Amino acid sequence: MLMFALRRILVSIPVLIGITLILFIMLNVVPGDPVALMMKEHASADVIERVRQQMHLDDPLLTRYLSFLWDALHGDLGKSIKLNRPVTDLILKAFPNTLMLAVSAALVSWIVGIPVGILSAVRRDSFLDRFFMGFSLLGVSMPIFWSALLLQYVFAMKLRLLPVSGFYGWQYMILPAIVLGWSSAGVIARLMRSSLLEVMRLDYIRTARAKGLRETGVITRHALKNALIPVVTIMAIQVAGLLSGAVITEAIFSIPGVGRITISAISSRDMPLLQGAVLFATVLVILGNLVADILYSVLDPRIRAQMRKEA
Amino acid sequence: MTSPSAPLPADAIEALEEASFLRDTVRAFRKNRMAMVGLAFVLLLVLGAVFAPWISPHDPYRVALDEQLLPASTTYWLGTDNFGRDVLTRILYGARISLVVGIVPSLISLMIGTMMGILSGYLGGRTDFVVMRLADMMIAFPSLLLAMVVMYTLGANLLNIFIALALVGWASVARVVRSQTLALREKEFIEAARANGTARITVMLRHIFPNVVPTLIVLFTLAIPEAIMWESSLSFLGVGVQPPEASWGLLVAKGKEYMFQAPAVAIAPGVAILLTVLAFNFIGDGLRDALDPSMKD
Repeated sequence: MLMFALRRILVSIPVLIGITLILFIMLNVVPGDPVALMMKEHASADVIERVRQQMHLDDPLLTRYLSFLWDALHGDLGKSIKLNRPVTDLILKAFPNTLMLAVSAALVSWIVGIPVGILSAVRRDSFLDRFFMGFSLLGVSMPIFWSALLLQYVFAMKLRLLPVSGFYGWQYMILPAIVLGWSSAGVIARLMRSSLLEVMRLDYIRTARAKGLRETGVITRHALKNALIPVVTIMAIQVAGLLSGAVITEAIFSIPGVGRITISAISSRDMPLLQGAVLFATVLVILGNLVADILYSVLDPRIRAQMRKEA
Repeated sequence: MTSPSAPLPADAIEALEEASFLRDTVRAFRKNRMAMVGLAFVLLLVLGAVFAPWISPHDPYRVALDEQLLPASTTYWLGTDNFGRDVLTRILYGARISLVVGIVPSLISLMIGTMMGILSGYLGGRTDFVVMRLADMMIAFPSLLLAMVVMYTLGANLLNIFIALALVGWASVARVVRSQTLALREKEFIEAARANGTARITVMLRHIFPNVVPTLIVLFTLAIPEAIMWESSLSFLGVGVQPPEASWGLLVAKGKEYMFQAPAVAIAPGVAILLTVLAFNFIGDGLRDALDPSMKD
């Protein structure tokens, strides 16, 4: 088990290094001088030159990459050109808001997705099943920015039940969490359904039925335990996905999170800030995948056995 | 590998088999009602997008400040936007961009992904290792952020959207194609071809590739709605298609400022995105069930 976790962690390291390299190259081959581009005509040649030197933009690309990597490992992602503050501080200050959004969205998607998936599987091919599956397809097919606008229009503008946007308290989190959670609720519901259907076909379920257990008992006590494994593992990936996918939701609801930082970094062409924010989100996603894989092997002894065979 | 006593030449038998496979596929697809509805919608949309200038009596770019934000009427079926332009006409023209953005990057990522996947699966060894690690990285990169970074670096225009989306999409194609290639490589007919002394490139092109085509068709149809979604998100965030061009995501973004006075300006293009994405998903599901039932999860 520990060996598996260790091996899995070791495999992620080259991926992470590769990603930092790709990201660094993409952001640093921007045609034109990034500093001049950002400051436009407001800055004199002297100022531009000084900022260039501060950012070591005249060093060779490889040197700059290595020092970027070294600094990043020490928690230093450079300084935002526009705000003149350390990128790490800006991200860490915004992160709790993004985390809160992602966690509440995840809660929405579990509270909706898991029961819907179970009901659909139990009542397979019924009207309810078709309705739920149609609904979850709708959730997946709707652009987030659009469903956000619809909810804003109905609940904030017309019914005036909730605030339109901003972030001054828990009630500001409700609409964003529903918007972001709904799209992944569809994914969870479908996975829950197919996983439960698969388990229900197995022999031990037939045994449970044969010994006279009621159907609810069969499902809650026997089937769900195994059917939930893939769902639980997808959750770790999902939370990470929500953290980075919050960009659009944060933009629409004006939530001061990491996603908003990313967008404002793009529009103000603040390269170090953009680089730091994207790197941060990507590391989260990789960590999420890592946790999911390890969780999977902890929860499912079959996976562990397979790992042992491969090793 | 026909027996010598068979009266038909090999290529004729092959043609027959292909025809029946195709016939079966078409029959299975046509039985799927949702897929047929999706197909009808997409055909209608394509016709609408191609013949937009002839269908619509309005100019999508003409500014008429005395006709701002009009409600729906017989002249303007969905009302007008903040520049007095007909919303329906803008959506119709937006369909051109959305369809092109759906199709072109999906094709590019399919081509790259197929090539990488076959090479990786068939050659194995170091090639496989390098290609798959590259794919791992691309998949670990959050798609929207990757696309945004590409747009930041290259600049916001249509061509760069193609590049960004192709870059986002190829890795998952490569993974699927690789696993299929791995399975195919063990089959007798591939072994036979190899024993014949067929060159590796020929085996890959003539024997492996045709066998992954059904999967590619399904991946292609399912990649289109995804690309449409990404483009509309990028355009909504302001790093995609730029005004005065009409892309659906951009139309929603511009319309959202007038949600109070004229909600249709933002809502209607969103409905267009939703219906198109649903339609392509239905077609993709139908094709998958018809072409390869084993891919059904």
